Amino acid sequence: MNVVKNPEALSPKDYATDQEVRWCPGCGDYAILKAMQKTMAEMRAPPEKTVFVSGIGCSSRFPYYMATYGFHTIHGRAPAFATGIKLANPDLDVWVITGDGDGLSIGGNHLYHALRRNVDLQIILFNNEIYGLTKGQYSPTSRRGTKSPSTPAGSIDNPVGVGSFALGCGAGFVARSIDTTMKHLAEVFRRARGHHGTSFVEIYQNCIVYNDDVFDSFTNRKAAADMQLLLEHGKPLIYGKDRNRGIRMKLGSVGLEAVTIGENGVGEDDLVVHDERNRDLALLLASMQTPDMPVALGVLYCQPGPTYEVLAREQMDEAVAARPGANIEGLLRQGYTWTVQN
Amino acid sequence: MSSAALKEPPLPRQELESAVVRFAGDSGDGMQLTGSQFTQSAALAGNDLATFPDFPAEIRAPLGTTFGVSAFQINFGSGEIKTSGDALDMLVAMNPAALKVELNGLRAGGIVVVDQGSFTDRNLRKAGFDANPLNDGSLDKYRVIEIDISRLTMEAVAEFGLSKKDGLRCKNIWTLGLVYWMYERDRQPTVDWLKSKFAKRPDIADSNIAALNAGHAFAETAELPEGVTGFHVRPAEITPGLYRTVTGGHALAWGLVAGAKLAGLPLFLGSYPITPASPLLHILAGLKEYGVTTFQAEDEIAAVCSAIGASYAGSLGVTSSSGPGIALKGEAIGLAVGTELPLIVVNSQRAGPSTGLPTKTEQSDLFQAVYGRNADSPVVVLASRSPSDCFDVAIEAVRLATKYMTPVILLTDGYIANAAEPWRIPDFSAREEFPVRFRTDPEGFQPFARDEETLARVWAIPGTPGLEHRIGGIERDYDTGHISYDAANHQRMTDVRRAKIDGIAKDIPLQEVDQGRAEAALVVVGWGSTYGPINRAVSHLIGEGYDVAHVHLRHIWPLPDNLGELLKGFDRVLIPEMNTGQLSVVLRSQYLVDAEGLNKVSGQPFKISEIEQAIRDRLGG
Repeated sequence: MNVVKNPEALSPKDYATDQEVRWCPGCGDYAILKAMQKTMAEMRAPPEKTVFVSGIGCSSRFPYYMATYGFHTIHGRAPAFATGIKLANPDLDVWVITGDGDGLSIGGNHLYHALRRNVDLQIILFNNEIYGLTKGQYSPTSRRGTKSPSTPAGSIDNPVGVGSFALGCGAGFVARSIDTTMKHLAEVFRRARGHHGTSFVEIYQNCIVYNDDVFDSFTNRKAAADMQLLLEHGKPLIYGKDRNRGIRMKLGSVGLEAVTIGENGVGEDDLVVHDERNRDLALLLASMQTPDMPVALGVLYCQPGPTYEVLAREQMDEAVAARPGANIEGLLRQGYTWTVQN
Repeated sequence: MSSAALKEPPLPRQELESAVVRFAGDSGDGMQLTGSQFTQSAALAGNDLATFPDFPAEIRAPLGTTFGVSAFQINFGSGEIKTSGDALDMLVAMNPAALKVELNGLRAGGIVVVDQGSFTDRNLRKAGFDANPLNDGSLDKYRVIEIDISRLTMEAVAEFGLSKKDGLRCKNIWTLGLVYWMYERDRQPTVDWLKSKFAKRPDIADSNIAALNAGHAFAETAELPEGVTGFHVRPAEITPGLYRTVTGGHALAWGLVAGAKLAGLPLFLGSYPITPASPLLHILAGLKEYGVTTFQAEDEIAAVCSAIGASYAGSLGVTSSSGPGIALKGEAIGLAVGTELPLIVVNSQRAGPSTGLPTKTEQSDLFQAVYGRNADSPVVVLASRSPSDCFDVAIEAVRLATKYMTPVILLTDGYIANAAEPWRIPDFSAREEFPVRFRTDPEGFQPFARDEETLARVWAIPGTPGLEHRIGGIERDYDTGHISYDAANHQRMTDVRRAKIDGIAKDIPLQEVDQGRAEAALVVVGWGSTYGPINRAVSHLIGEGYDVAHVHLRHIWPLPDNLGELLKGFDRVLIPEMNTGQLSVVLRSQYLVDAEGLNKVSGQPFKISEIEQAIRDRLGG
């Protein structure tokens, strides 16, 4: 039974439905769901104005577990449904939940165009580098050589770089996080929601059944500090458990390199200072990979720009202002008409 | 002494009941514009009329080639018209290729106007003529008006200093002036139109007007060939009222806007360009002041998905395409069936399969509309029979989609979308509204709770406090709407989805007999754009004493409640279709009626004579 709650008193569990969550035990999706419910409560997001839209796949069950409006649609097409929803009612806060198969394989076209158009949506892509719901086939983000039921001898296609793809599509907001880092994830969700335009978030999500520990090189507790670069706008790119590792521009070339502060004359002043508005930097950060480089997490890029639904409304308002009192009777009489007398 | 006094007294104009004129030329020759101007002049002269724009898929095929020929046909007269005509009374051929392609449509003794100046060796070769048909006697059975239109046009526009290329572009308007004289038409509306169209290029407007007048004057003063006079086509007896001409594309767009207004909903169109469906996108994109949002999606799938999203959020979602695009939308239409959301899917049918003949008409997507989705996924299917009929059918589509929370597929075709006919403008203020009531009360809310009578579920839109719920493609519990894998529930939901659509048969008009006796010896059953030729053929043959009737379907699915009984009253059932027999199969399977097909898939509409012959063959005589 639905009950209208006082938005000032919402807690994470007010965003949880009474439906039994059906992901595998230990799936990273549970942590993402918890982080989302927590963030929603912190942001006092009005449940009646919030819509979660998804496609098909493990991640796409997500809307069933959020006590907001939810639409579980068809494979890969969630961005298109979400675009229609947002255009029909720009007051709604629309979230798209997708995965690497749903969003980057069957739905790659729609993801590309949503990012390009800059509709005010949050698109959250759970990347586990595998097809879970269809039992473990390799996905467009699987690394070359991935053995799976459909690639017993190892996959032979190159994976797509998710962040680079999003930036290449013209996304105005690109961020990354990890399923198990509740605090970081919540902050990224908050930033994504605050950005006007399409906010794209990639979450490294562990599939415990078909691709366990695929992100271990930077997510395991021992490696985390040395292999994760947590981005902060206006702060130098420093990481490492001793906070003595940094990122600087390669001298005499184009690219980034990892350096140690205090070695070979490297000081903090030599490091790149993170600038969320710098798309070139975002592209470089997006392509950093272990083991040579840490993985960049947080907001890689944030450049607000005109949003599609606002521009569409403006055009409609202009048309209404230009033709006040437009009505069907007048519409049918536009152009040449003539009267036939008795 | 004035020169007029020297002239022979003009030959009296010949009275005609109707005439079929076809303008044909290169696809860049402006034949569609010429035809639509002539259409307007016929309408203003009070004739009934029907048109058939017939153009190639290529935008600008190589000049002078047969596959680049673009044509516009109009049938106008003082009686009922309803089709663009079987055989041509006059063919205007702007080049040898147009003559080559179109000549066999001209009746013996018909008039052919040719631009002699374009019959150069090069153009003749390109058109595939071995000899010049103007000299070799091959046109002897026609009346030929051979004029050097190119030269006369250049002379007429000489004073405006246009380049040869721009000057020759006035050829079509020169020719229009000539044809206006032949049929006694008023030039002024075309003059006004040229002035407004070329408001920013007065030199172009003036040269076209000069060409129009020159063509007209030429016909008036030149000695036309033996036996060729001007014609007089009296106004038709038409129901009094305010009229306009309308294409199917416009009537459909306006009908959707009107339907949304009657439902009290904003209209959202998600569409992807495809021939011949794009006019709907273009027209609706220009109607933003009526609360219309149009979204040119990245593909057909995104187009329908965005429309479903818009419906989910409380707009009237519409998507529009042609057969190949509808195929891509199939999965999403299934989601709208499952989630029971209103959706209108317009299919401007074209010849197929696959790309087929994109600019040629066909009605071969009936199976696709009725059956073309995975699983048991019934939808409503409607078909419009003529350009103006699109208005009413669109309103009916909106009514059924919103009342029954269901996708409605609206079938039209390339012929209807582009063809024009006069239309008595309806009194919109007299239309009954059917306002949508969204669910707002959280008390006892279940998203799939149904109206007992219509079986439609409630429409609860995001933004409504207390009604937060989840829907999706996984089977929904009959009572709660939650996902359910229960076997008995799936049976029950499948049954209720079907019963909901079947029940619509009680909410649509009983099928009427368009013409003829209810128990005639033969009934011709049609749907869609075959209306015109069937109507004319049956009318003619009833006039000759044949016991024949015409039944024309608007509601294809569900079928009207009385249709089975009605069909059983006739001795024979004949179904002309521009496909290999799809409605025949549906009616045979529904009613075990011995329906016989009359099928044509040439990309061209039926001729009246073809249907008449089929009726004669079956009834004797």
